[in-house]
Amino acid sequence: MLRVDNISVILGTNEIFHHLSLELATREIVSLVGPSGSGKTTLLRAIAGLQPLTSGRIFVAERDITEVPTYRRTIGMVFQDNQLFSHMTVFDNIAYSLRIMNIAKSIRTQRVGDMLRLVGLEGFEERSTVELSGGEAKRVAVARSLVAEPSVLLLDEPLTGLDGELHRRLLQDLSDLLRERGTTVVHVTHDHDEAHGLSDRIVDIRLLSQ
Amino acid sequence: MTINRSPYRASAPALALLPILTIAIFVIWPLGNIFSRSLSWEVITRLARNSSIRQVLWFSTWQAIASTLITLLVAFPVTYVLARYKFVGKRMLLALVTIPFVLPTVVVGAAFLAILPQSLHRSVAAILIAHTYFNIAVVVRMVGRRWEQISPLIIDAASTLGASPFKIFRTVTLPTLATAVRSASAVIFLLCFTSYGIIRVLGGPSRATLEVEIYSRAVQLGDLSGAAVLSLFQLLILGMAMWWWIHTTRRPNNLARIQMYATVPQTFRQRITVYGISITTAIVIAIPLMMVFVRSISTDSGMSLEAWRLVFGNHVTGLGTRPPLGAFWTSLQFAIATAILAGVVGLAAAGAIAYGSRRIGQLEAIVMLPLATSAVTLGLGLLITFDSGITDLRSSWIMIPIAHSLVALPVVVRTMLPVIRSVPQSIRDASTTLGASPWRMWMTIDRSLIARGWVTSLAFAGAISLGEFGASSFLTRRSSATLPTEIARLLGRPGDLVQSQAYVLSSLLIVFIALSLLAVDGLRPDRVAT
Amino acid sequence: MRKTLNLVMALGVTGALVMMSGCALKSTPSDSTGATETTVNEPITLTLLAHDSFTPSEGIFDAFTAATGVKVRVVQGGDAGELVTKAVLTSGNPEGDVLWGVDNTFLSRALEANVFAPYQSKNFSLFDPTATAGIPGNEVTPVDTGDVCINYDIAFYAQRDLTPPLTLRALTSSSYKNQLVVPSPLSSSPGLAFFLATVVEFGEDGWQTYWEQLRANGVLVVDGWTEAYTVEFSGSTGKGDRPLVVSYASSPPAEVLYANPPITEAPTAVASLTCFRQVEYAGVLRGTEHEAQARLLVDYLTDVAFQEDLPLTQFVYPVNINATLPDAFTQYSLRPENPLTLEPNVIAENRAAWLDAWTQIVLR
Repeated sequence: MLRVDNISVILGTNEIFHHLSLELATREIVSLVGPSGSGKTTLLRAIAGLQPLTSGRIFVAERDITEVPTYRRTIGMVFQDNQLFSHMTVFDNIAYSLRIMNIAKSIRTQRVGDMLRLVGLEGFEERSTVELSGGEAKRVAVARSLVAEPSVLLLDEPLTGLDGELHRRLLQDLSDLLRERGTTVVHVTHDHDEAHGLSDRIVDIRLLSQ
Repeated sequence: MTINRSPYRASAPALALLPILTIAIFVIWPLGNIFSRSLSWEVITRLARNSSIRQVLWFSTWQAIASTLITLLVAFPVTYVLARYKFVGKRMLLALVTIPFVLPTVVVGAAFLAILPQSLHRSVAAILIAHTYFNIAVVVRMVGRRWEQISPLIIDAASTLGASPFKIFRTVTLPTLATAVRSASAVIFLLCFTSYGIIRVLGGPSRATLEVEIYSRAVQLGDLSGAAVLSLFQLLILGMAMWWWIHTTRRPNNLARIQMYATVPQTFRQRITVYGISITTAIVIAIPLMMVFVRSISTDSGMSLEAWRLVFGNHVTGLGTRPPLGAFWTSLQFAIATAILAGVVGLAAAGAIAYGSRRIGQLEAIVMLPLATSAVTLGLGLLITFDSGITDLRSSWIMIPIAHSLVALPVVVRTMLPVIRSVPQSIRDASTTLGASPWRMWMTIDRSLIARGWVTSLAFAGAISLGEFGASSFLTRRSSATLPTEIARLLGRPGDLVQSQAYVLSSLLIVFIALSLLAVDGLRPDRVAT
Repeated sequence: MRKTLNLVMALGVTGALVMMSGCALKSTPSDSTGATETTVNEPITLTLLAHDSFTPSEGIFDAFTAATGVKVRVVQGGDAGELVTKAVLTSGNPEGDVLWGVDNTFLSRALEANVFAPYQSKNFSLFDPTATAGIPGNEVTPVDTGDVCINYDIAFYAQRDLTPPLTLRALTSSSYKNQLVVPSPLSSSPGLAFFLATVVEFGEDGWQTYWEQLRANGVLVVDGWTEAYTVEFSGSTGKGDRPLVVSYASSPPAEVLYANPPITEAPTAVASLTCFRQVEYAGVLRGTEHEAQARLLVDYLTDVAFQEDLPLTQFVYPVNINATLPDAFTQYSLRPENPLTLEPNVIAENRAAWLDAWTQIVLR
């Protein structure tokens, strides 16, 4: 589904990673682990098209997307601190990509409703995002990135900052949700337990470069 | 439905007292006095039926709306560049675009006439151009402050959701800026509606705003009741505009913290955009200012520094033997006094607005009242209000900084509000759990975090005082001249050398203002420790 | 850095509190010039209210203080119109003791409001008689005069071998089409004086036609003297494209005195048959606590010494016939022999109606 082929990112004189390759089968969930500074977030940004490559190519479903701008890539991403739109309600946040695609209002309402049920936030439509707890905000962010059914979902340290029971429950819910929907996922974290709880395969990012 | 978690909520009414008293004593009371003395139904109905008054009203309104829209459009590119990018000369550009805002019309009016083609002399176009020129800073500062806080990650998030750059601008950037754009528009509208000097010099004698008409009635015709009625009209119209504005504007959420996301331009296209826009803007803004300097040294037969020599020799001028540099010290003293007065009252007002309930938040409109008030009428009101016993302040020096402070107050409040609102609640929460009282908490946490912002607003108020000529030239008597009044005097007399000296003083005023504005931006926090 | 900021903040707050309490408690407004020798027998200080153009030589009042023991503080604000407006509002409870600078176009308004305490100066017999007309009750004392005239650019007419216009009537001739710039009588004092000149010259029923002709002949009306003289006029600093302007009879000497580089011939001259006489007055303000001293000051203002200081500091002519004019004034300017004049009360009665009519004819 996703093939990262021999990519390098060099910022100035700083080589973030070098000749990195990675391949994911459809519906596969892969966790990349590594200490901070090992280029995990940069790799996700590169896949999303937010970080220009120095060299190499990226394919999604055998199509070369290296030169395709982010907004045409159909790759979803959940950011470390969610990046919800604070001037919109929960509903408008989740419906955002549907609205961009000019999908009819009635279908939008239905699909946002479905998404909210899946992430366990029924009835949250009209809430303001600034009132949400950390766990709720994360669920909204996941719902927002999944509603348009992206080919690949990128999760950047999704559970960092949540602890104890909340962390465990969210991990479980996330894992169930992604498997149920059959999403192809690249997940990065520095937390091995989190990686074990979520994914099919765990790879140390430092081993991907040659 | 925002949650106000401010621990200082209880102190907001007390804080609000100072600005409310200031406005009540120095604006509302004098206006009430002048109205009660000269209003009558007969005059009101006569003027309401007068068709030329209706024309004046219509002109005031539409030129103010047009000026506001044009200013927003023209200022948008430079606002974008200044808010989103870091580049060489950024601080200079920020100070440069602000100079016109605080500069008195008397300084650039004639220079403007010299630059504009003859066909634009005394035209509406000249008025609109000048209003835009003077108010770009309002957009750059008020909208820019919000814009630079939009995280690039939120833009990234929108683009992973399928939004093109144009759609992101429409669905994320613009809605986020909406409140700031509305605030800036309100300020520009007020300033242009009550415009006086620009209308007279650049619009010519056949165009009048309500403010010009009020002045002409009060001073030239001695028709005080007519002037009072018209200033009441003006107050009502602008009062309604402000009421509408405050009731349709959502209060901004307290930001988590001030964080600025300006980046160094990376791609070639970005560099072209940044430097193209900033250099163009700088040139357009600088031309009239350069013209002032050129006029100070040009004569029939080439360049001459004679006028500079005379001013710095500090003896012979076009105004008898009065030493021209004396005006500097006078201006400086008033600027410092204004900074302190406006700084304290403005801090209290901003604190009350930020910490208090929505009801107290209406103070935001009340502090704009001086901008909506006719300067002539207020001046006459002050004259008959503070005229006896210990309140006989008519010829006291304190009236000048008070008048300047009334003008600077809205700016100070607007500079302070975002700073106060951005103090992170989390730090305060930590302090509450340690058992600190609100006062202690404020002294230990908020005070140090807002100190820089406050000093910035002081410098701004000082700069406004340096350039203030319009309102206060009528509001007060003065036993010693400020720079703008001295410049106006010199410009009012014949002779090359006299005129050149006016431009020498103008050049010095520009430099003086530029330095205090550089201080403003030098003190601006680029980063707050997190 | 943080320490300094806190210090600044503390200082600011303290300063403001001190200033505010100081301003509220002070029983007499303090003098900003900083003269604060408080002795038991404090000498009287007179306040002289004046418009912004009042700029006598530094130390001119020292002789007055030496002779009488009375100090003088000059307080200025606004132009003549603003000065009168404020004096009218505070009539009987004045802001100062003596007022300098109400002119014949505004005088009636001040007299109607009973602003002044009448006084006949000891120098009265020495005054130029044209200056004392119109004040039979001696409410005020004339202090200087000026003549508002058409000024022309000498070089412009010399180069084209044309005669400059010498009368008001000539201004409507097609030879002078698009050559005249005037400040508006609505907002400018010389503008008003020029307008009054046309009323005197062409009569109450004739000036309307005259202005229609002026308009047809391309007169340019601008807001104030500064735009007219220093921007649009070709004979002075601005190098505009109009060779005829409304200004003062004293403008040509000013052009020579303040030329850069120095010149010996005036570049401009005055059409002496177009002049309207402005008279400025000073007066003792009714309600002053120091009426006797205020009268002494009015006398001092009309003494030869003070009168001779006026031409070169304020470009006006003295009213005291014993005062001699500086060379520049006699050399580069002609004092018009028979300037046009109008009684202050006639001006006051008709001003609003005339200006309304003028606006309809010229600006609409």
